[in-house]
Amino acid sequence: MTLEVLYFAWLRERVGEPRERIETNAETAADLVKELIAKDERYALAFADTSSLRVAIDQELTDFDAPLAGAREVAFFPPMTGG
Amino acid sequence: MDIRVQEAPFNFGAEAQAFSEAQDGAGAIVTFTGLVRDLPGAPLDVMEIEHYPGMTEKALAKIAQDADARWELTGSLIIHRYGPLRPGDQIMMVATASKHRKDAFEAAEFLMDFLKSRAPFWKREVTAENKAWVDSKAEDEDALSRWDQNQ
Repeated sequence: MTLEVLYFAWLRERVGEPRERIETNAETAADLVKELIAKDERYALAFADTSSLRVAIDQELTDFDAPLAGAREVAFFPPMTGG
Repeated sequence: MDIRVQEAPFNFGAEAQAFSEAQDGAGAIVTFTGLVRDLPGAPLDVMEIEHYPGMTEKALAKIAQDADARWELTGSLIIHRYGPLRPGDQIMMVATASKHRKDAFEAAEFLMDFLKSRAPFWKREVTAENKAWVDSKAEDEDALSRWDQNQ
């Protein structure tokens, strides 16, 4: 499947781009992170500690073990600081 | 429910007045406005707010719907800005209206608690020496749990 993958805040800076299109067979968001880490060191740096990160699938906040089946857009970002 | 995510400033007084006039059967209105605080030590040049267009609007609508389901509101309003802001600028406002003040106060607090850590905004403080992403606070996350207990 082809996924639109988005990064925000310091994660965006470490990855070096705000979004990219990725061809993947990853079953979960955590699997996708593993694929990215294996691909390039900048992802390894960005995703060194996923416990400090959040993930949204198709713009809904979810968990890293959530399935990607049918998803179009996955976003990774640090904890939010609104208000 | 009125949700607005915008770069432009808003007129707090005019918004509060228009919100009040639009209510039907309300006896109480609560408003909250958040401002950009200056920093102790090095003065803050700019507070940059990044957001996730699309998800931001959905997340705010969900939070407002949850408040609607929980309290008897005649209306609610959330305005949240993004982009570069300066100390003293208004970042966001919420308004809630209900028949009695308790619902309006509680719903406004609920909106604030959830939009702090469940709406996709990220703040960065820019000073003459430094640019630093604002860390989320454990107490902001903890603030959400009080709403579970009362469910």
